Amino acid sequence: MNAHLQPTGSAYFITKETQEIERHTLSVLVDNEPGILARVVGLFSARGYNIESLTVSETEHGRRLSRITVVVTATPRTLVQIKLQLERLVPVHKVHDLTTEGASLERELALIKVAGSGDHRAETLRLADAFRAQIVDATVESFVFEVTGKPGKIDSFIGLMQPLGLVEVVRTGLAAISRGQQGM
Amino acid sequence: MAEKMTGAEMVIQALADQGVEHIFGYPGGAALPIYDAMFQQDAVQHILVRHEQGATHMAEGYARSTGKPGVVLVTSGPGATNAVTGLTDALMDSIPLVCITAQVPTTLIGTDGFQECDTVGITRSCTKYNYLVKRVEDLPRIMHEAFLIATTGRPGPVVVDIPKDIQFALGDYYKPDLETLRHQSYRPQMDGDADAIEAAVDLMLKAERPIFYTGGGVINAGPQASEHLRELAELTGFPVTSTLMGLGAFPASNPQWLGMLGMHGSYEANLAMHDCDVMINIGARFDDRITGRVDAFSPNSRKIHVDIDPSSINKVVHVDLPVIGDCERVLSEMVRVWRSKTNQPRSEAIAPWWKQIQKWRDVGSFNFKNSDTVIKPQYAIQRLYEATKKQSKEVFITTEVGQHQMWAAQHFHFDKPNHWMTSGGLGTMGYGLPAAVGVQVAHPDALVIDIAGEASVQMTMQELSTAVQYRLPIKIFILNNERMGMVRQWQDLLHGSRYAHSYSESLPDFVKLAEAYGGKGIRCDNPAELDAAIAEMLDYDGPVLFDVLVEKDENCLPMIPSGKPHNEIILPDTANIGDIIDEKGRALV
Repeated sequence: MNAHLQPTGSAYFITKETQEIERHTLSVLVDNEPGILARVVGLFSARGYNIESLTVSETEHGRRLSRITVVVTATPRTLVQIKLQLERLVPVHKVHDLTTEGASLERELALIKVAGSGDHRAETLRLADAFRAQIVDATVESFVFEVTGKPGKIDSFIGLMQPLGLVEVVRTGLAAISRGQQGM
Repeated sequence: MAEKMTGAEMVIQALADQGVEHIFGYPGGAALPIYDAMFQQDAVQHILVRHEQGATHMAEGYARSTGKPGVVLVTSGPGATNAVTGLTDALMDSIPLVCITAQVPTTLIGTDGFQECDTVGITRSCTKYNYLVKRVEDLPRIMHEAFLIATTGRPGPVVVDIPKDIQFALGDYYKPDLETLRHQSYRPQMDGDADAIEAAVDLMLKAERPIFYTGGGVINAGPQASEHLRELAELTGFPVTSTLMGLGAFPASNPQWLGMLGMHGSYEANLAMHDCDVMINIGARFDDRITGRVDAFSPNSRKIHVDIDPSSINKVVHVDLPVIGDCERVLSEMVRVWRSKTNQPRSEAIAPWWKQIQKWRDVGSFNFKNSDTVIKPQYAIQRLYEATKKQSKEVFITTEVGQHQMWAAQHFHFDKPNHWMTSGGLGTMGYGLPAAVGVQVAHPDALVIDIAGEASVQMTMQELSTAVQYRLPIKIFILNNERMGMVRQWQDLLHGSRYAHSYSESLPDFVKLAEAYGGKGIRCDNPAELDAAIAEMLDYDGPVLFDVLVEKDENCLPMIPSGKPHNEIILPDTANIGDIIDEKGRALV
């Protein structure tokens, strides 16, 4: 009912989508087979969905299952479509929207290279300590920090390192899991 | 019980075990071991095509007319890339195909070898699923799984890419057990949710302006689904319309039939869709050719949507009551639940609705102005339909894409499912001729006619040679207006009648062309001689290319222009279609 109130994904939509863009974390359980990542990524590019972050690794070796954690931004309506389109892929077992399905944990790891000397060096170490960043490599002129946490925490740490001689950053992308005793 | 054989022999054995009788293909270097294995057996008959696209459309026609999967065998590289159009076509129209593509040996993969291409990469987005077989041990399972995936759930094309060394390798062949075979992650939902079906029937029981909007899903669910649809329509007394893909599921001769809906659908079907209060979508997907402008699509109806593919739900149009399941099972449940609640159709409650529909019907939206001097394309199809009605043979129709396709859908009437083969989703010009070949292979004694346009038919004309080779007496009924009629119509509608490349200045002499191929050619340009010429075509025992010279600038109407709602349909009496669409509408497809 009230089709005119519903935004649409059709080629014919004339009204703009009025719904707000949301960011959701999807956890996708897939067969670990050749080409699975291409299938998932291809689906996103073919249908024009946005990926903010994507991580994939085998998680159950015996059953040859991988978990893909993908952060997407879309309207609520498109989010439902993304989930259904993913589930339609033959090697996809389950898709969970961790953002809507109860509480979940999100973590990311980053390796951050900072070069500097003198006062900057001392300040860098103080901040690293406050963020519980580990020093995984050190030279007289540089550090490499390993920091884990929510993406926001990593963003803050990177922001603070910027004026202190930030050289480069590498991030793993998000890993997420639901809280409580239930698994996927 | 395992049996030692080569990969190539496994392919043939698996086809035989799947009950495959015909395979459409074209050999090449990487496919030679499979061809060699085929040479030494009789279970599977190979139809040699002239171009791999032809093979895929033949397999589609074969599949659509039999309900069985169509099977294609092509070589690596260009063999595989030529098959891409047909695979995409099958994906869009949910046609079960298994396409075996040969690949360069595993040791050469990735080296840019001769006739190498990344077949699984290229076909990933145009198949339901695809495989690259890397070990001969996997081949028997993959072959059978391919058939399972192609034919179950929402059907579609599956590619199995087999490197040449795997074809030569020795291994154990076994026929896997269906249950163990099934991908753990692949579980199509067949049965509709009982509560949802009950709620749907309750909604139907209260409807005052209902309509059944049915689609290709009813055909795909098998002939039983069409039976249930007829039963449900009879029980309820509701009007029925269908998409292009669903024609034949409900008999056109039934008074409850409103004709096809959509861009070139009937006035009554489109207006009934717009004004209904309960829409029952069964196996259709709210394609943009159906909905027109989405935000004005059937604004006051409650919508029930039965579909086997959950991603079809709410993809384009928001529905109130989704039922996920196989159309056959859901329809049969709907019949049962309706019966358990009432034994009366809602004739009285919906009588005013039928009265309104009758008024729309009286408009006669498929009418056209006939002529005694020039053959009108609609008239040609009407005469063809009348002539085929008298035939004792089963009649199958395929089409190409364009105006002739829409006129065929409007003026040729179907009472049975699986007798109408057309490229709906992808809109592939060149589909009809090879599809007719495929249908004729499956039904050697039937009358198979490709209703074609002179532009489309030239895209796959070479398959006439296949028809001649296998003595397949297909009839190609070309409505020749010397234009890409639909393109010309859109140029009139949207581009100030500037006919950019929408006509051909050097058409072949189709009669001579037919003769060159070893078929029969007929030409007719006189309405008075048309019936006799059609009779000549139907009587000829062999392939016929029939060149019907028709009115050159006929428009295909009615038409809902892009960006317009159903109730702004252009009717046949509109004088100048060039003034209808505004700037905004011009950008739409």
